[in-house]
Amino acid sequence: MTRSILPRPFLSLSLLVIWLLVNMSLSLGQVLLGTVLALALPPLTLRFWPDAPAIRSLPKLVRYTLVFLYDVLIANVQVAIWILGPVSRLRPRWVFVPLELEHPLSITLLAATVSLTPGTVSSHISADRRLLIVHCLHTLDDAETVQQIKERYERPLKEIFG
Amino acid sequence: MMVVEALVALLLLASGAAALVAALGLLRLPDFFMRLHGPTKATTLGLGGILAASTIVFSVQDPGLSLHEVLITLFLFITAPASAHILAKSAMHDRVPFQGGQEDPLLHPANLVPESAGEYHAAGLDLPPPGEPLPGEES
Repeated sequence: MTRSILPRPFLSLSLLVIWLLVNMSLSLGQVLLGTVLALALPPLTLRFWPDAPAIRSLPKLVRYTLVFLYDVLIANVQVAIWILGPVSRLRPRWVFVPLELEHPLSITLLAATVSLTPGTVSSHISADRRLLIVHCLHTLDDAETVQQIKERYERPLKEIFG
Repeated sequence: MMVVEALVALLLLASGAAALVAALGLLRLPDFFMRLHGPTKATTLGLGGILAASTIVFSVQDPGLSLHEVLITLFLFITAPASAHILAKSAMHDRVPFQGGQEDPLLHPANLVPESAGEYHAAGLDLPPPGEPLPGEES
């Protein structure tokens, strides 16, 4: 029963929150309208989300978000130092991250995280979705960079989405 | 009020500095892929600071929190990596030269999984998306 009414509870919740944020109001009217939209849209768009992975652990997702924001801050300073320093000393590299994640959404999240933390941009994914090619602005040890991406981002994502 | 204004000014200065460094990166870095790191920087820290400042100003001015900025951050975090990814990918397929002396990453064995992919790639064409057979390959 709950499945047919609320096929995507997380999507419904996000829709409601985004609706309230757009309107910046918690009045009864907006809450009701947002609820109607949150209930009506997911069933109508269900075919667009064939198999969204379930979020297994919300605390881990929150932790992941905090780690991510912290890393963005630290990495920004790091990249600023590289850019202002002697540019010729940088050692740009392509590194190859073998993926353990299988679901396209979790791979997308990993790729987005890698791109948003400055110093690395995910550039390509192999045809079989097993390998992410990442461009590093500066790295002395390719293997260590790959290890860092896998441990810091891929493992938590695997725990969150399975 | 003084404290708030000082905080907002500090945030604006910090994000301005971050955006300036990102622009300097565009100017100083030697190849396309390295310059790509600049804009992703500006979107994260540079805009983050401006949006935080905006949240504070409007939350203090009007009663109630101003949270439109949260939405801007959310949408930026969704779109910025996608545009960076597409820029990098099209440059790779366009064979834009890069520093570092590595082999073309598109020639990595994992990109050439199906037998025919090598020839297909040598012809300078893009690989089809995963799941779709390569031309000339029947599954």
